[in-house]
Parts: sequence; structure tokens; C-alpha cells
Amino acid sequence: MSILVFAENWEGKFKKSTYEAVSYGAELAKQAGSSVTAVVIGNVSDDDMKSLGKYGAQKVLSVKNDKLNAMIPGAYATAIAQASQKENAKIVIVSYTYSGKSVAGRIAVRLKAGLVAGAIALPSSISPFTLRKKCFSGKGLTDVVVSSDVKIVGLTPNSYKVNTSEGSAVIENFSPTFTDADFSSTSKETKKTSGKIALTEAEIVVSAGRGLKSPENWKMVEQLAELLGAATACSKPVADVGWRPHHEHVGQTGITIGPNLYIAIGISGAIQHLAGVSSSKVIVVINNDKEAPFFKAANYGICGDAFEVVPKLIEEVKKFKSAH
Amino acid sequence: MKFLVCITQVPDTTTKITFTPDKKAFNAAGVQFIINPYDEIALTRALELKETLGGTVTVINVGQPLTEANIRKALAIGADDAIRINAEPGDAYYVAYQIAEVAKKNGYDIVLTGKESIDFNGGQVPTMLGELMGIPSVSVATKLDINGTTATLEREIDGGKEVVEAKLPFVAGAQKGMAEPRIPNMRGIMTARTKPLAVIEPVACDALSSSILFDLPTAKGECKMIDPNNVGELVTLLHTEAKAI
Repeated sequence: MSILVFAENWEGKFKKSTYEAVSYGAELAKQAGSSVTAVVIGNVSDDDMKSLGKYGAQKVLSVKNDKLNAMIPGAYATAIAQASQKENAKIVIVSYTYSGKSVAGRIAVRLKAGLVAGAIALPSSISPFTLRKKCFSGKGLTDVVVSSDVKIVGLTPNSYKVNTSEGSAVIENFSPTFTDADFSSTSKETKKTSGKIALTEAEIVVSAGRGLKSPENWKMVEQLAELLGAATACSKPVADVGWRPHHEHVGQTGITIGPNLYIAIGISGAIQHLAGVSSSKVIVVINNDKEAPFFKAANYGICGDAFEVVPKLIEEVKKFKSAH
Repeated sequence: MKFLVCITQVPDTTTKITFTPDKKAFNAAGVQFIINPYDEIALTRALELKETLGGTVTVINVGQPLTEANIRKALAIGADDAIRINAEPGDAYYVAYQIAEVAKKNGYDIVLTGKESIDFNGGQVPTMLGELMGIPSVSVATKLDINGTTATLEREIDGGKEVVEAKLPFVAGAQKGMAEPRIPNMRGIMTARTKPLAVIEPVACDALSSSILFDLPTAKGECKMIDPNNVGELVTLLHTEAKAI
């Protein structure tokens, strides 16, 4: 028996969420007395694949196929499902990114495996296999028991720390058997969001709302984000009126995030918004209304005019960055 | 063109979530249930496509009799008929399995769901349905257009968007951007009462997972207020105390 981790790459490079998933698998393997195999699909260098050993993978199954350079969920699911059968894996871990979400349900059906969609911690018990996840878009938490023989963990990005030690993984080439059905949807074009950090994986997020009054005023938000190496986000009303793209909307009907630091500027903190950001480790709120409900959910607050506070904050961050 | 739109009901987005004292269930007392917002987007897009392509829009729900108020609302928005599978929705696999059984029998061209429900947020029903029905699926689609027997979809991927094509029939999970939900008009509400709503019993299927306990997130401690004229203190605290930068 082993634990299989889908080690996702983005244009040939592993992401932080990949290392989180492998680290998580390694800890789980320790508890379950088992070993970790990572499956890598696409063109990743041998050195990078071997480096997964540092995060706790003993073996890497490398699936290389020209048709798989684009992320085709059906074909990826086939590769992962066959890898898990080959390894007799009882636990399959995927990072719950867009890619992970698009393969997890497919693997679940193929392996008739129960899935925890968005786990936020290690299992509280291996038998019965019990895992905690968020529910009600972050307003609640629930413990899910998976009763099937094979279990799938969709691990929420930013919820598990990357652990490193010495080690190098052994690479083994693996050629799954594909069918035409695996390629039944075809990629025509990809549109990259201009060089930005992925919101769900960002360690720092700078977010703003209606308090900024107009879309031109986002320049200072973007500047602050850039200085901090942060992703930008927004509240629902702002996305609804088209000031910011929908994919930046965090909240109950948007994206749920859990960065290390969430800075909210001119967002009052409606219950729907709080739901999407409540698992942020540190929350800073900047708002000119001292009664704004967001202050109750924050660690640090500044009650003041965003147009005065944010430029000052930018200057202070610049000073800090040049000193550290 | 035959459309099937899968809907579920969820607590209204303004609901303060609480659980029963034994923490084993959601406390539904006094809670207003609505059609899952993403399912409403799926329904609206199906209705828009039906208006240009012709056909019928059927809504399907796995739920107890109490969900019928929201099924009627979907009919008022414009669906032609409805099916309720009379069962407690177990996990995503159970729900997808029940719907797939009906969908395979009735033969739909386009099956739409929301990209996730806002109660359990798993987002797995669209791809599970696709697998169980043996047809293509797109889990998070922000655009959907039909040209003959080909669907063009835009889906969200890590770091951007991707345009994908799939042959009909297919399944897609609707994300914002696909359509703007509609409000039912008076005529819709009147006709909804008489539209067909079939109730069928579930087929045998075991859920593969279940929620055994619920909890509320722990509240943050006191908020430390910082003088707007001393913003530097925030940066210092974020570095030394919170260790966040």
C-alpha cells in the first residue's frame, strides 16, 4: 500500500501547493506506516522531479506524452487513477486547485472512492478516515468520514505547511493507457491572467471594496500588492459593477481563500464576504467607518480614509522592504 | 435541444450558520432556503439557449418534499418541467449517481449544474456526472455557446482561462459570467403551479462519505486598532508580532 500524490505542475514547474500536497502525503505516510509516490504529468525536468524527495516522496511516476502538455482533465484523471491502481494506493492526494478540482471527481468515480473536497488538516483519525473541511463557504467546518476502500483527499491550498528534509525521489516512467474519451474535450486557447499570483495560493492578499469609490483608484491597491508580493482581490459589489474581474471576487459566492495575511481596504465586512476570508491567518482592516463589522473579525484595524492610509502604508512597506 | 439543469437548495447567503447542540446537523430552524446561486446561473443560461435553439428545459433535484418550493421557483423562472428524486442528498457521488441514472434514461443534450453548492462547496457533481454518464464535462465554466453539435466553453484554470470545445452531449458547471440570473415574473409564477413536477424514488446507491460533525470557526481575538497617523506601527506589528511579512 502507498499514498499517491498528484504533483501538479504549471508550465513545467511545481507550485507551492504541490509541495504542500507532497508534504501532507509524507506526514500521512508516517502516520499510516506507508510510503509516498508522486505522479507527475507533463514535461518537468528530472532534477525537479527528484527534488520531490525533499518533501517526502520516495518515488515519482513520470507520465510524458505530447498530448498531455495542456491540462486535459479527462486524460489526467486516467493517468492518476491508473497510477493509483499500479501503486495499490489507498489514499490519493490532489491539491484542491482548479486543476485538482477538475480531476478529483473523475478519479473518485473511476476508483469508486470517497472524496473530501477541500480538506484543511491532516486526518483526525485514519480508521475511520476522518478529515476536516470547510462548509457553508467558510461559515462552518465539518468532519467528513470516508467509508470507501480508496480515499481521495482534495487538499485546500495554503492549509498545510511545506516541510523539507534531505532526500531524492526515484523516477520511474509510467505510460497509462488512454482512450479517445479521455480527450473528448479539447483545448482551443488559453488566456493567462496577466502575470499575477494565483489568488487561492497567495500568501498575502490585498483586497478592496466599494470604499475605493471608482476603478481607477485600484492603482494604489495594485501597488501595495506588488510591493508585498501579494495577489489582489475584491468584494462582490465591486465585481458586480464590473470595476474588477469576477475571478477576483472573494466571498461566499466567490472564491474562498486562507492566506497568511489578508488586507481589506474599504470593505465593510458583510457576512458573505467574511465567509470567504475567515480562515486567513492575519486580517488587517482599513475602513473609515469605525462601526464596520469587519473590525470585529480583524487582528489589526486602522480607522481612517483609505486614500490617506494606503499611500502611507505603501511608503512604510517600501521602507520596510529596503531595510529587510 | 433537451436541457437538464440540476438544482439544489441552500441557506440564503445572509444566513448566520449555526448547528444543532449535538453538532451533528445544520440548524435549519428559521432559515430561508434559496436555489443555489450557481444553479440559478446554469438555469438562466439553459433558458437563454433554449430561446435561440428551441427545445425543453427540465430541472432536477435530489431532495426531500420541502425542496419543492424552490423547484416551483425554477419553473417560475422558466423551466418547462421538473423531476424531484425523493431522497436526502448524501454526498456528491450519491447525488451524481441518482441524477445520472435519470439522465441516461431520458437522453439530454446539455446537462448543466452550478459549479458548486454554497453549503458543502465540493464542486464535484459536474465531473462525477460526466464520468457516470460517459460524456465530456467541464467543471467551472464562465461561458457557454452552442454551435450545431459542438459546445464552446470558457473554463477557469489556475492562472487564467481556457477555451475548450466538446461535442454534445456534455455536462458543465456554471460559474459567474455564464449568465445573469433572472427574476420570475407574475406570468411565470402563475404558470409554474401547473407545470409538471414528477417525483421519483432513488435507485440503490451508497454514499462514499458523510459529514459526522459540524463546528463553527474559532473567532479572532480582539482587533488591535492602530492610529491612522502611525501606519508604520502596522508594518512593524505585521513583521514582529504577526510574522506575516
